[in-house]
This record gives sequence, structure tokens and C-alpha cells, in this order.
Amino acid sequence: MNAPTDLAKFLAAQEKKSLLRFLTCGSVDDGKSTLIGRLLYDSKLLFEDHLATLEKDSKKHGTTGGDIDFALLVDGLEAEREQGITIDVAYRFFATDKRKFIVADTPGHEQYTRNMATGASNSDLAVILIDARKGVLIQTRRHAYIASLLGIRHVVLAVNKIDLVGYSQKAFDAIVGEFSAFAEKLGFASIMPIPISARFGDNVITASENLPWYVGPALLEHLEIVDVETGLAAKPFRFPVQWVNRPNLDFRGFSGTVVGGRVRAGDTVAVAKSGKTSTVKRIVTMDGDLDEAAAGAAVTLVLADEIDISRGDVLSAPTARPDVSEQFAAHLLWMAEDELLPGRQYLMKLGTATVPVQITALKHKIDVNTLDQHAAKTLQLNEVGYGNFSTSQPVAFDAYRDNRDMGGFILIDRFSNATVGAGMIDFGLRRATNVHWQALDVDKRARAEQKGQKPAVLWFTGLSGSGKSTIANLVEKALLAEGRHTYLLDGDNVRHGLNRDLGFTDADRVENIRRVGEVAKLFVDAGLIVLTSFISPFRSERRMARELVGAAEFIEIYIDTPIEVCIQRDPKGLYQKAKAGEIKNFTGISSPYEAPQSAELRIETVTGDAATHAAAIVRYLRERGYIS
Amino acid sequence: MREVAAEFANPVMLYSIGKDSSVMLHLAMKAFYPAKPPFPLLHVDTTWKFQEMIRFRDETVKRLGLKLLVHINEDGVKRGVNPFDSGSALHTQVMKTEALKQALDKYGFDAAFGGARRDEEKSRAKERVFSFRNANHAWDPKNQRPELWRVYNTRINKGESIRVFPLSNWTELDIWQYILAENIPIVPLYFAKKRPVVERDGTLIMVDDDRMKLKSGEEIENRLVRFRTLGCYPLTGAIDSDADTLEGIVTEMFTARTSERQGRLIDSDEKSSMEKKKKEGYF
Repeated sequence: MNAPTDLAKFLAAQEKKSLLRFLTCGSVDDGKSTLIGRLLYDSKLLFEDHLATLEKDSKKHGTTGGDIDFALLVDGLEAEREQGITIDVAYRFFATDKRKFIVADTPGHEQYTRNMATGASNSDLAVILIDARKGVLIQTRRHAYIASLLGIRHVVLAVNKIDLVGYSQKAFDAIVGEFSAFAEKLGFASIMPIPISARFGDNVITASENLPWYVGPALLEHLEIVDVETGLAAKPFRFPVQWVNRPNLDFRGFSGTVVGGRVRAGDTVAVAKSGKTSTVKRIVTMDGDLDEAAAGAAVTLVLADEIDISRGDVLSAPTARPDVSEQFAAHLLWMAEDELLPGRQYLMKLGTATVPVQITALKHKIDVNTLDQHAAKTLQLNEVGYGNFSTSQPVAFDAYRDNRDMGGFILIDRFSNATVGAGMIDFGLRRATNVHWQALDVDKRARAEQKGQKPAVLWFTGLSGSGKSTIANLVEKALLAEGRHTYLLDGDNVRHGLNRDLGFTDADRVENIRRVGEVAKLFVDAGLIVLTSFISPFRSERRMARELVGAAEFIEIYIDTPIEVCIQRDPKGLYQKAKAGEIKNFTGISSPYEAPQSAELRIETVTGDAATHAAAIVRYLRERGYIS
Repeated sequence: MREVAAEFANPVMLYSIGKDSSVMLHLAMKAFYPAKPPFPLLHVDTTWKFQEMIRFRDETVKRLGLKLLVHINEDGVKRGVNPFDSGSALHTQVMKTEALKQALDKYGFDAAFGGARRDEEKSRAKERVFSFRNANHAWDPKNQRPELWRVYNTRINKGESIRVFPLSNWTELDIWQYILAENIPIVPLYFAKKRPVVERDGTLIMVDDDRMKLKSGEEIENRLVRFRTLGCYPLTGAIDSDADTLEGIVTEMFTARTSERQGRLIDSDEKSSMEKKKKEGYF
């Protein structure tokens, strides 16, 4: 190479190269890793030391009888090398004269579908591999569906191991026919079927002589020219504020990345949530101010007016604003071992905004084989559902199909902080803007003053047989004797009426507590001291009840009785039945109890009698000023 | 980067003085402009870095007006751990991995930027951009958080932390092109120059100070060499090269046939050594 003229040419060519992000998916042993290894190897992008390691490893672990095993190049983790399968998503980088590529190599196993979704969320194209001998499998359909769900519009159907079916056109056509029939409902913009052999390199880089009947491009040729342009820069302006840039009193800017459209200095922009507008005074970067910033640019905007803007706000085009609502319908892919519990509060991260969210109605789940819809109460790992979501405050969003950054969100478990779901917003529900609070003249304070007390919820939690109801009952009697106004909500009693339709699955337990929390809140509003006696085994729901009622009026009372003692007491004979397997999902036996970590009161019942414990609770209320 | 600054209480940027760190730091300067990056830099000094690296580090911090924390594992120094006698594995474990954990615990950092790239090594290819570490700083590759779109889960409990890799999707060539395009200052060791080197086990080691004892038969020669990657001088191999300008380096890169980590003696200690180190808390 003759620097510097060649270098200048080379750099100019590099500048012009577009980037294609694609993922490879397929079922186990379809040869994904082998294909990527082959792409790297044949496009001469492997370094000599990598090659030497590869040859060494091929002899040791290889499944190709001493020939180079390309899969070993990409299967990074020790466990994978030993088991011969890919278990996580790995990113690979290569470039040809025409394009740069980032490949997401995603797992084939069903239990790693969430990893595939991860790869798909950042890809423009999916290479779906099919073993020519096996044809379209359940996973093939699942992967095609997830690719379409995550907004991938272009698919390459790579029918691999074509050498093992004697390079047969008939076999190829049959597979293509079956896949196309299924994929018709998925709305891909393009499907390109290519017969290949990753192991021998047929049709991977260049056309194969073994496949004279195939006239289309080889895989790499297709990847180099396929047009995946989404036209994001032509869409309405969207700028989620990531960070307020305030180095000194003279400068206040809003930093973030343009995720849709373009903005120019002098443009009017609207804050989606508050509706306030201002004009863009400067578009600041370290390399000097810009006249214009388009989708993809990371900039800092300075506005002409001092309006209230913080992280999580979205600046948008005033004539084409995003939806602002606290309710929307969305698809949801569940990615956690623990099932989804509708009614439970999760955290939603959408763009730069993080807000609490509940799934208020799970409409259906989707059978990925047939795309049929089935009624569902919950979602298991790797299942896809569709439902209504409700956030605790309004958020700004667009439909996922219009803008991935404005319509894609993750759900986070509030205790483990794990990422448990990925959602794609379909549309906003207008209902939210039409149901307003009715303002009433007589308020909580007026009602409480009339009764001469401060309203509160005494939330008793503990195992079955721990003594919750007994103690709660005594507390209510003592309060009543003092002339207080109270109401006791008891688990068993409520299940005979209000919650008659609920069982004891985790999902139903969550809904049970949600309803009790709402009822308790209404009673508190009426000025009452409410006592609730429910096992309420999950921290999340107790926290939800606390947030619903308000922390100042919520007193969590943990009736701490060891399970051995409860089993011994067994007042209703339930433990005996649960141990015999006659009752399913019994807390402490076949369903977990998550003990409170910071309850306002903890009552140990192993010592002392119920009356003493009740008196201690009444004393607490008096000391804290709930009763005079 | 702004995501981290906005969501974490006490972030830090690991600064290793190498080219990737230089690029990462440059990006941070851009991301927060006109403000300064709202976090300090942390250099884990093994005491065996090239002298030129330390000089460059101090100049850079001064030029940009940033805060630098330097941490040395004093316990390791006391025990006399060094790359020649202790072996590269123990040296790296004590002076890098242990030292890093000490520093993160000492200052209570809940997020740390690192300049690692996915194209460097196989187990790094599966690293997340936001990589969760438990309270012992360990990485569990089978239990990584799914990372969709550009939406990063930044939530952690007390004691846990997140390692953040802004350069995840960059390749070595991208790094050099960016350094060239943005004219980013880098340590002079990347440029070819006559340097005193010794050939040991097929690798060219630069004699950076008198702590390096020659073995019998070894001779110091002045060769025109440069480094593709920088670490502890006794563990970093030089390459013969006459590329003494950025243009020259990029040209050389374009025709390179070996990967950059080949010059790193610590990676080939044992099979899967990088994955193992990462599980123990290495970057």
C-alpha cells in the first residue's frame, strides 16, 4: 500500500461505507456460528494468531473431524465450547469493500429466546437459518415472529446444509414454500431465500458451482446491497432529554440524541408532556455549533425561553407531537424465570423516562407457531402477550412501528432490578384523557376530623395461622371500645365476596391484594382506621398497597411466627392438607412468603399472648398520634 | 455516558492511558461539553507501566482540567509481586484485578466506565454495554441482563455496581480512524521509534527501567519498533514497524495480519483466561 495517497482514498471509501447490523438465528445445530466463522474466514478478516488458535482448538473440541471448525471462532464462553452450543448473544464485526457489518450471533435454544430478541432489537435484518434436512421447525417460526415483532423488516432465509440433501432444488423449494406461507402474516418488506453450505462455503461469499439451479446472489453479495433504509430522518422530530447540561449559571442546555427527524436552529419545539413551546437558540457540540442535527446525532440544545424541562422529557415537532398518555396497548415479550403478574407494579424504562407501570389487562398471548391468540392470565418466560398498560404518570411515546426509540421499553423488577420484559407500544388509549377525577367538596380531612381520629391502614401480614386475624380482631375491639371508627378487612371474608372470582395462583394473589389495597384506600378516604388481615406474601404487593394508600397512613405489622409453630397450631387444618398435596400454592409449603424487611411493627408471637400484642399495637397508634 | 451521569450516584472512568482510554475520554469531553465530565478518572497503577505512559497521563489530566485518582495495591507491592518473578498471571491478579476491586470499594463507585471492545477477545464479544457486577465485583456470563435497543437498565442494589463499555461496538480500526479524524493525543509509544528491546520467548520487550534483569544470552538492541497495545512494559510486546505517524499506523493496520492482543502475554496464560479473569472482577 502506497501511503499517503492510497490512505486518503481508503479513508474516503471507509467514510462512505454504510453499516448493516444483522442477526443470525435458527434452531440448535443449524450452523449459525459456523456460518459467521465462515464469513469472517472467507472474507479474510481473521488474524493469524486467531487462526492458529482455531486450528489447535479444532483438533481438541472440533466436531468436524480435524478440519477447521468455524463455530469455535465465535462460541466464546467455556460452557459453550464444551457443550457445542451458543448460549448468549455475541457481537462480531467485519467489513468488505462495500459495507461494514455488525453481526449479532444469537442462541438457538428455546430458553434463550430473550437473547435473540436482544440481538433483534438492534438489527435491521435477520438471517434465519434452516437445516435443509429438518425444514421449518417451531423455533424457526418463533424466531421469524420475534424478528417481525421487534420490527425487523428484511429477512434472509438461509437454507443451510444443502450439501447433506444432495444440493436438491426440490428440498429447497419445499422449505421456501412452507416458510413463505407462514411469514406472509408477519409483514416483512423482503424475504430472500438462499441455499448454502456454511461448512463448505457454498453460496456464502460467492456463487456455488454445486447449485447451478440457483440464480440469485450469494449471502454476502446480498448483504452488501440490500436496502434497509428506514427513513428515520424524514420522520417527525423527537429528542428525549437525557441530561440537563448546566456547568454554570450562564448556560443551560439539554443533552441527548435525536431519535427522529431533524432540528434546525430557530425551529420551534414543544415539550411533549407539558405542551410548552420554545425555539432552538443553539445546537451545541464541542466542535462548534451546528445549524442542523438529524436523527442519530448526539447534541446539546439551548432554548430561547426558560421552560421547565428535565430528564425524561421529550422535545418534539410542535405540529407532529408524540402521544402523551398514562395508558397504552403494547406487545410484551416476557424474559424472566418468574411469571408476569398483571396488577404487580414494575418499572418501565422508555427512552430516558423511568416510571412505575402495571399491566391492567392482559388481552391474550400469542402462539408463535400459528400466530393464534389465546386467553391468558399470565406470561411465562419467552412468551409473547398483548395487553393494556397503565403508568403512574403520563409518558410521551410513539407507536413502535413508527419509531423504535420512542415505542420500545423494558420492564424492570422493583426488587431484583432484573430486566424482566421488553415491550413494544402499539397505540395510546384515549380513555386516559377522558376519565378525570371528580373534585368533591367533603374531603378526607373533613371526614377524619368529624371522627376525631387520623385515618390509617394497619396492614397485618404473616403466614397462615400466625395469629393475624386474632390479633387484628382484638385491636379493633379495643379501638371500638374507645369510640374509634374502624373497619376490618379479613382475607377469608373478602374472598367470599369481592374476590370470589380469584384463586391462589401468584397472579390471583397479586390481584387479590391490589383490590384490597384499593378498598382500604377508599376507607381511609372515608376517615376510618382500616385493619387488613391478609397473608400478602409478596413484598411487591405490600409496597404497591403502601404506595396506593400513602406511606404516612400505612402501618405494616409483621406477625412473625415461625412456620413450625404455625404448622403445629394449624387452626383450620390447612397445613395438614397442604402437606398432603390437597391444597396447591399454599404459602410456606408450596408457595413463597417474602418476610418484610422494614415493617413499622414486628410482633413475635412465640412469647406473650394475643391480648398483649394487641395492646402493643394500640399503644403504637397512640404514641404516633393516630388516636389521642 | 450521559445515561450513567444521570442515573448513578458515584460514577468513575477507568483510565488505562491506552488508545482506547484516550478515545473514551475524548468522547466524554464531547458528551458533556460545555460542562466537564461529572466524574473523576481512576488509574490502577501496577507500578510497571511504561514511564512515558505515566508522563502522558499527568499531562492529559492537567491539559483537560480533570480529577485523577491513582490507586496502587500497596499490599501487593509489599509482598513484592512483580511480573518477572511472580509470573504474569499472579501479577495481573494482584496488581490489576485486586487493585481495581480495592479502588472501587474504597471510593464506593457504583458505575465504572471501561474502554473494552467486543472485537478484542471472544468472551468480551458477549459483554453487555451495561454489565452488572455483584457486590464482589464478579461477572456472571449466564445471568446477564438482556439489553434491548438503546434502553439500558441502570438499577442496582446497594453494594452492586455496573461496568459500562461505551466502545463496545468499535473495532480497532475504528479507534485508529477516529483518532486520526479527531486528532486525539495518544502516548508516543504507539509511534515507531528506535527503542531498546530484548527478544524474550519470541516477543520484543522494551527495557524501560533497570528493574528488568537480562537473562543469559539476551542482548539489548536498538530496534525501530512501536506498540499496538499498552500495558505493563514487561508484559507488552513491541512490533517492528516504521509507522511514525497516525497515517502510517492506519495504513499498517489495514494490512495487519495479527490481532492486537497477540502482544499481550497475559491472555494466553491458560485457555479461556480472559473469561476467568472477568468472572473474578477484571475488566
